[in-house]
Order: sequence, then C-alpha cells, then structure tokens
Amino acid sequence: MSVLLGALLLVPLAAGIALIVVRPLRFVVPVGLTVAAATVGLAVAATLRRPQARLPLFDGVAVGFAVDDLSAVMVVLVALALLAVLAFAAGDPALGSGRFVGLVLVFAAAMLATVTATTLPPLLAAWEVMGAVSWALIAHHTGDPAAARGARTAFLTTRTADLGLYLAAGAVLAGGVSTLAIDALPDVAGGWRDLAVAGIVVAALGKSAQLPFSFWLSGAMHGPSPVSALLHSATMVAAGAYLLLRTSAGLEATGWAGPLVAWVGVGTALLLGLVALAQSDLKQLLAASTSAQIGFMVLAAGVGAVPGGVLQTVAHAATKSLLFLVAGAWLVRVGTRRLDGLQGAARRYPVLGAAFTVGAVTLAGVPPTGLWVSKDAVLAGAAASGPALYIVGLAAGLVSAGYAAKAVWFVWRLSPPTVQDGTVGRAGLRVQAVVAVTLAGAAAGAGLLALGPDILRPAPEPTVLELVASGAIAVIGFGVTWRVAGRLPAPAALLSWLHLEQIALAAAVRPTLRLAVLLARLDDSFHHRVVLGAGRGVTRTADEVDRHLERGLDRGVDGVATGARALGRTARRPQTGQLHQYYAQAAVGFGVLAALAVLLIGVS
Amino acid sequence: MLSVLVFLPVVVALALTALPATSTPRRYTVPWVVTGLLQLVLVAVMWLQLPTSGYGFVEQVAWIPSAGISYHLGVDGLSLPLVAMTVVVFTATAIYSLREDRRPKSYVLLFLALQTVSVGVFVALDLILFFLFFDLSIVFMYFVIAGWGHGSRARSAALTFFLYTFLGSLALLLGFILIYLAATPHTFDIPALAALNPLAAGGPLAGAALLAIGVGLAVKTPLVPFHTWLPPAHTEAPAAGSAVLAGVLLKMGTYGFVRIAMPLLPASWRQFAGVVVVLGVVSVVYGALVALAQTDLKRMIAYTSVNHMGYVLLGVGAAGLVAETDAQARQLATTGAVTQMVSHGLITGALFLLAGALHERGRTYDMGAYGGLAARTPRFAGLFAVAAFASLGLPGFSGFIAEFQIFTGALGATPVATAVAVVGILLTAGLFLVALSRMLLGEVRFPDAPGTPRPFPDLRARELAAVVPLLLLATVIGLVPRFLLDLVEPAARAVNELVAR
Repeated sequence: MSVLLGALLLVPLAAGIALIVVRPLRFVVPVGLTVAAATVGLAVAATLRRPQARLPLFDGVAVGFAVDDLSAVMVVLVALALLAVLAFAAGDPALGSGRFVGLVLVFAAAMLATVTATTLPPLLAAWEVMGAVSWALIAHHTGDPAAARGARTAFLTTRTADLGLYLAAGAVLAGGVSTLAIDALPDVAGGWRDLAVAGIVVAALGKSAQLPFSFWLSGAMHGPSPVSALLHSATMVAAGAYLLLRTSAGLEATGWAGPLVAWVGVGTALLLGLVALAQSDLKQLLAASTSAQIGFMVLAAGVGAVPGGVLQTVAHAATKSLLFLVAGAWLVRVGTRRLDGLQGAARRYPVLGAAFTVGAVTLAGVPPTGLWVSKDAVLAGAAASGPALYIVGLAAGLVSAGYAAKAVWFVWRLSPPTVQDGTVGRAGLRVQAVVAVTLAGAAAGAGLLALGPDILRPAPEPTVLELVASGAIAVIGFGVTWRVAGRLPAPAALLSWLHLEQIALAAAVRPTLRLAVLLARLDDSFHHRVVLGAGRGVTRTADEVDRHLERGLDRGVDGVATGARALGRTARRPQTGQLHQYYAQAAVGFGVLAALAVLLIGVS
Repeated sequence: MLSVLVFLPVVVALALTALPATSTPRRYTVPWVVTGLLQLVLVAVMWLQLPTSGYGFVEQVAWIPSAGISYHLGVDGLSLPLVAMTVVVFTATAIYSLREDRRPKSYVLLFLALQTVSVGVFVALDLILFFLFFDLSIVFMYFVIAGWGHGSRARSAALTFFLYTFLGSLALLLGFILIYLAATPHTFDIPALAALNPLAAGGPLAGAALLAIGVGLAVKTPLVPFHTWLPPAHTEAPAAGSAVLAGVLLKMGTYGFVRIAMPLLPASWRQFAGVVVVLGVVSVVYGALVALAQTDLKRMIAYTSVNHMGYVLLGVGAAGLVAETDAQARQLATTGAVTQMVSHGLITGALFLLAGALHERGRTYDMGAYGGLAARTPRFAGLFAVAAFASLGLPGFSGFIAEFQIFTGALGATPVATAVAVVGILLTAGLFLVALSRMLLGEVRFPDAPGTPRPFPDLRARELAAVVPLLLLATVIGLVPRFLLDLVEPAARAVNELVAR
C-alpha cells in the first residue's frame, strides 16, 4: 500500500471519525481546516507521484486504488472543494460541531476513495458510504422533519440506483473478469457485459440526479447550505458523472449504452434547466441547475468526449460551490431562500454579491468563463455524434443562461424597505468573502485549463464557429431573461420537478408500503390460525380422542364388567341353599343328559 | 482444550450453585463475565493455532460405540468464527446483565448452561452430540423467555417457541437417523460420514434425509414459512435473551446447512439447490417487507433476522448450483454466507441490547412513542444509528463484506433470484431509515403521561461496554476482513469441494 495514497484516503477519514466520536467542544474548526489543507497537499502530491495500491480483499478480488490522469484531476478538485466548504462553514457558528465537521471529512474521504478505486468493491463501498453520510449531513438539523424526509429520500433514491452496482459486480465476475477491475469492463463476456454496463449506468444516473432520479436533489436542499455546496460541486452528484466518464469505453463497447447515456444527459440538461427556470426558491433553482449542468458531463461520457466532461466537472464544481456558499451565507443572514425575499441581498453584501454574479455569469456559459469553454468542449463531441444531440444541447445552454440571469436579477433588485436581516449579522463575513472571491476567480478562469494536460484538453476541439454560436446564445439568453425575469411563468409541472417525486411515491413507495402492511397482517393471521391453530388442533384432537375413543373403550370395558356381573348374578340364583331344590335341579340335569345320550346314539 | 472451552461455563455454574440465592446480583454476574473473557482467551489461542486444513483441537472418546456415537469435538474455519462470535455475544450479554436483579442466581445459571450448549453445537462433530446440544439450547431458552420475559404472554410465547423448534429438531433427528442407516458401517460421526458419502447416488432416501434435515434447520434458522415463532418469542423475551436467541441460536440452523446438509448430502444438495435459493430469496424479500410494516422495534428487528438469514440460504444454495458457475463464484457465495452468520450475530445482538436499554427507560417497544432522541440521548442515538446502518449492509461494516460476496458469487449461477434478493438491502435501508427518523429525529418525545416525567438518561457505562465491542467488531470485520476471511475461505473451499464431488 502506497503511503501517500493511504494518507490521502485515511487522513480525512480517521480525522472525521475521531471528531464524530470524541465531539470536542473546542478547536473543531481549526482541526477540520488543518485536515482539509493537509488533504489538499496530499492530493497535489498524489497528482505528481501517481501512487498505486493493491490489498487482498476477497478470494481472487483485490482492493485497488490508483491515481491516474482522470483521478488526479478529481482528487485535487475534491480536496479543494472540501477546504473551501469548511472555510466558508467556519463563518457559521451553528456548523462548528464535531459531528458536522467530522461528517464532512468522512464524506470527502468517501469521494476520494470513489475516484481512486480501480476495482468494483472499494468503488461500491465508498459510493454507498457517501450516500449514507449524505443522509446524516442533510438531516443535520435533527429537529426539522422536512430535513429528515429529504435525507431519507436522498439516501433511498440513490441506494435504489446503487443496486445496479451490486448487480454489475456479479455480472463482471460471471462474465469472466475475476479481478472485478473497473477498466476491464469492455472485456466482460457476452450478455454479462450488457448487464454490468446497465447496472453501472443506473447507479451513476441515480447518484448524479439525472432523469428519472432528479427529485432527490430537491429534498436534499433542506440540509445546511455548505452541505449543498459540497454535494453539488465535487462530490456525490459529481460521482455519477465521474463513473460514467471512467467507464466511457465500456459504454461504447455495448453499442447501446453510449447513445442512451448521451440522450439522458442532454435531456436532463434541457428539462431540469426548465425546472430551474421556474423555481422561486434560490436553493431549488441552484439544485435543478446542478442536475442540468451534470447532464452535460453525462452527455460527454455518452459521446466519448471525456476531456470535455472532465473540464465541465471542474468548472461546474467551482461555480456551484460558490453559488451555494453565497446562497447559504444569505440564508443565515437574511433568513429566507425565497427569491423575492432575497431582493437586494447583493446590494447589502456587495462582495458576496459580486462573486455570486461572476458565478451566475459562468453558469450561464457567457464567454470567456469556464463553463462556456467546457460546454463547448462537450457539445463538440455531441456534434460528432449527430446534429440532434448538438441542437438539444444548445437549447439546454440557452435555458442555463436563463436560470442564471433570473437568480442574478432578483438579488440585485432594490431591497424592499421593510427588509430586516437576521441575527447572525456580519460575523465571519470576511473569511466568507475571501473564499467566495477565490472561487469566483476559479470559476471564471477554469476555461484556461483547456490548454492544460490531455485529460482536460478538449477532443474533438470545438470549432471557432461553435464557440461563437454558443457564446452568443448565452449572452442573448441572459439578456432576454433579464428583461422578463420577474414575470416568468412557473407551470406546476416544472415547479414540482416534473412531478417525479409524486410519481415515485405513487408507483413504488406506496404500493410497497401497502404490500408490507398486507403481508404483515397475513403473517400474523398465519401464525394465529395455522401455527397456533395446529397447536389448538392437537389439544382438540386429544379432547376428541378422550371423549369418543377413550370413553367408548371405557364403556366397552364397563359393559364387559356389567355383563360378567349380570351373569354372576344369574349364576347365583340356583344357589338357594335348599336341598330339595338342588335335587330337583340335579334331576333335571340328569334328564337332559339322558335325552342327549339317546339323541347321540340315535344319530350315530 | 475444546472440552474446557465448552464446559467452562457449566463448571462455573456448578460452583455458583454453592452461593445462597439471596446474594447480590454481582456475585453471579461478575463470574459470568469473567467466564466469557476466559473463553475469549481460549478462542484467541485457537484462532492463532488453527491448522489451515481439516479440523483442529480434535477430541474423540467412544461414547455409545454399539450405535456408532462418539464424543467428538473439533473446530475448523467454519465453526471457529461462530464459536468466537458466540462467546463475544454471551460476554456482551453478561456485561449488559451485570445488574440483573430479578432472581439473578437462576438467571446466570441458565445463561451459563446456554453458553455451554451454544458453543457445543458449533464444535460437535457427531450428529447425536450436535443434536443433544441443539435440543438443550431450546430447553434453556424456553426457561429464559418464560421466566424473565416482560409481557403477560411470555409463557405462551415461550411455549410456542419450545414446541415449534422442538418439533423441528425431531425432524432433524429423523434425517440424522436416515443418514446413519444408509452408511456402512453405521455411524453418526460427521467427518466419517462426509468421507463415506453414503448417499452419493442421491435418490429418494437421500431426498427424504435432506427434506427432514432441511425442515429441521429451516425452523431454527428460521426461513419463511417456518419463521412465525420468532417475532412473539423476541417480543416477550428479555433483551439478553433476544440477543442470544437472534445472535447465536439462529446460527445453529444456518450452521447446520454448511456443516451437515451440504457435506453429507451433496448429491441431493446439488439436486435441490434451486429450492434452497428460492427459500432464501423469499425469506429475504418477505422478511424485509413484513419488517417494514412493524411499529414495534423488537418485532421489526426480529423480521430483519428472517431477511438476513435469507441471504445465507441464497449463498449456500448458489454454491450448490455447481453446473452453472465456476469455483471462484461458489467460493465467494459460501464465504459470504459464513461471514453473514458472524456479522448478523454481532449486529443484531447489539440492536437487541439497545432495544432493551430503550425498554428499560421507556417501558415500551412502540417506536411511535419515542422521538428526537438524537437531541436528548446522543450516545444511544449514535450507537443505534451505527447499528442500523450496519444492519442495512452499509460498507464499512461486516454485513457488506458478507452480502457483497453472496450477491457477487450468486449472480452468475442464478441471476433472477439474486436480482430479486438485492432489493432486500433497499427494503432494509428503508425500514431502518424510517425507524431512525421516527425515534431519533423530530420533536423530543418519551412514552410518558405529561407532567410525570420519567428520567430518561443516556446509555450508562455498563450498556456502552456491552454494545460498543459488538459494533466495533462489526466495523473491524467491515474494514479489514482478511483476518476472518483467511480462516473462512479454506473451510468454505473444502465444503464446496465436498458438494461438487
């Protein structure tokens, strides 16, 4: 086991568990920040050293970890997001507990393990731990029933999709890849490969909140905002996109999975973009926009434009962590996340407001920001696969400019005179401003990474025409929406995230619960009727045997006795004790004997 | 050494009979804890010295030679982990019961006797000896439930438990006799029978033997539809009894499959492996669904046991589908099944002890009566959440190590059944999350009439000392499972070779 790799995974994990178990009252935030900074250092070192590790796990199956080109980008991204989120959360005293900081560290460690795993068991393990920790993080405010419900929905929805990974592991083994190595997916034999790829695709779509699983992100918004910032940037939802990028070759090998994934991605980008556009709650808007932006990464995996997808992941992580962190800062200070309640928030917190605006402009894909470059890198790959994907992708880009403009428009409006900020005040604001400005710089400049290493260098490269076209579309979309932002329609279907949660409840959850209640009732009655009934049957049979057979026998024996007694009584009657009667009896006896003798002689 | 391990508790119990019944509880419970710790030391020594193949620490003494019965003990990679788990669960139970003040003398004596027969079952290498320990466990558990149960229906639940499982053990005895009669020379010796393989040709007699043994073990395991004795027994049993019943006694059933049914009846096992798989999958899904509908915490945990034991059957059934799959897959399935037995013992033992701690404070198992415990009793909430996540198969805990191997190994042999069984982990996730939300999150609620607050303290040192080691072990197995798998894998391979011959 490489020491560097071990440290990268174990330092945040062990520190996180220690904080959760010990729950110290002081120094939690400094410890968390130190560990996060150390993780960044370890991640950078791992990028340079490219460590690998293998440990035996099951019979013929190893736990494998390695940092290759793709995971090098991801580990640095995760570590930086972790540091940014913890630094920002330090400005909110309610989030300084050992439990919160510890859970965030464990969550990041799980993501680091996910992106460095080279075999399926550690991937699945880290993947599922991330889901469970997301439950604890979303339900952080334990008294809030809505947060509890949102946490449950998040974990159960993603775990439903995770079942695909369990099946994929079995299918890879059955298909002859006994090591369960992830990069051996194209070598899996026959129909098992289709099953394995299908399982991986379902798991990734669930984690990435792609259609039809998107709704869990909506409920997850009840968690603290730094949690949303982490969940939506470099971890959790990014994990699904990462896995699809990682297995892109396997998707292509099946023939059907690539196009399917591409269409799900671009479809999510468009539809969830419209959902975002309709929201009246800032966090809901941002959440839906996450699904939509991740859709571009999924599209990239489907069309094999892996570098474009990676670039999109990086640029989006910086953008979305920034937007959520600023939204969270306003939420605790202004006390609302409704867009109309946040009017003027940017004017009252101008540094945060400026950073937020840079983030939103990036989200819109306006040139020269990061998401403009990355989206075009993805769309160039889509164009190579066919015009339909490209056109729908452009439409999704237009929508993204729209929802970004809507958010900015509200926060820069003049404040209503009645607005009063909450009690948290300006404590911690300076640190938060530094973090926000840094992230804004990263989001805006992420496009420069396209000139960097191969894993980030777009292939195929977007043409100048494509770049200009998408930039123009973004600017036009942004401008048009700016003018109508206050009057945008919000159809119920879009407002409620396409009714996906209601459909899942009606089609799966409620029938399952009804079946459970029915079976429980049947189980009880089976026990009472059949099992206890069998017991009662035995006692009843015993009664019957007693009543009929036993008493009948008894009566029979009694009858014999009574008969014998009656015969005895009859036999006693001649015994009168009077001699003349005995003589008379003897005479009769002899008479009978004589008659018998005569009869016998006559016959013979 | 094995005899010492098995009979140490009974010897201690005999010594304790000298104490007057009026002594303080600790004069009984402390020696009980010490007994468990001594046994743990013995188990650790055996763990380090166990031979890599065959049985270790074998003891064989003629007992009833005319009937082919001997006093034959031995351990291997299948039984030693279960012995270790048994001793750990009993020791945790002993620590939990340190202050048991209801007739402590009889209580401790009963549990010590139960401890001897529980270890005995797993190390017995003679069918009659196995049967003897198996049956005595039922007798002692009957007295535990009837004597220390909390409900008014404890006696009737205990009687149901006794009669139902006793009937099952009679079926088991019938199966043993059939195997005995088929072997020449007649013997009840397990290794000898495995080597002789008297019913290698299969046929109706072998089928009948498997049916009898299968029904006997299915009652104890328990598998649907033979499971209905379990929920009432758990509901009425004291926490310590429930922990031992679910943690240890259920394993006697699943252990019987790998120790007796698979090696002694390989032909029939291969023939009816499909039936075993179906029984397992039905138990998985049915157990999870019925658990989902429960409002009583203990009944819920009881039904999850049916679910978890279903995975074991899926694993050992898939290992019997020799034609459809390769050696590595079967190896994973069998190893996973054995790991599941150990894992379930630890995790469910912890869950039942936690349920007992809750009942001590709130006097009810109704989950609806509690709320917001995360805010009021963080230690209880934290440990209960850990136990629940461990039970729902979260990676990082032993259940994942078991279930991942079972699913991965079984999928190639029986894809549809495995795909259905995988849904079980989703259902358990759902039911545990609902339970966690109800009891730990939301508004703070206790089962109390307003105005008469009952003190509701967090877990005490004694309870922590009982529960934490169980969950810690489940975590260690989940994170670094090799120390366990190194022991189980060779033994699982040996069983699979016996099945495949």
